[in-house]
Amino acid sequence: MYLAHVIGRVVATQQYPGLEGVPLQWIQPIGEEGEPEGASLVACAVVSSGPGDLVQVVDGREAALACPQTFVPVDAAIVGFVEQALSLGRDLARATQGEGAS
Amino acid sequence: MFLADVLGAVVAPVQIPLLDGEKLLLVRPLTPDGRPQGRARVAIDRAGTGVGDRVLVLDEGNGARQILGDPDAAAKCVVVGFVDYVEGQDGTLLYDNGARASLEPR
Repeated sequence: MYLAHVIGRVVATQQYPGLEGVPLQWIQPIGEEGEPEGASLVACAVVSSGPGDLVQVVDGREAALACPQTFVPVDAAIVGFVEQALSLGRDLARATQGEGAS
Repeated sequence: MFLADVLGAVVAPVQIPLLDGEKLLLVRPLTPDGRPQGRARVAIDRAGTGVGDRVLVLDEGNGARQILGDPDAAAKCVVVGFVDYVEGQDGTLLYDNGARASLEPR
């Protein structure tokens, strides 16, 4: 489980059965100072979020368990919309708000 | 499982029901001798820890599901222990909670 910024939406008109209606979003994982860390990826949005938001992501098999149908080929899921994430007293949600939207 | 330093709390007003009421912490993974290693994680606190504490973090789904008592829990990272000290191969003290320094930004 880690923090990420939503940097875009992905639309797929044909999806694996069971994934219909589950939004796909493009995310960029961040490190402890809010800096981008690692490669960006596509995740299923189980909670409503949009570009610019700071979110919490779970990866691996557990990502599918967060989806409405749990036997689906998914390896990353957005499981929380983060309002505040303190890192040594600095709020990552405030410091980097909206930066990911560009 | 890995060692980590607790950096702060994560607050999510909208999240999957599993996480409701759980304390979420941002943690910095470490090597045994205390150097930062890898991306910061968000972990569910089950050990009652706070900022600045060195903790033991479970990063595996099946163990997390057992601790949370939910066979369908979509969670991987759980803080399962508070570290008092870490001893190296030759008996040297790599970390001592009684003599810890305050956390610095990486």
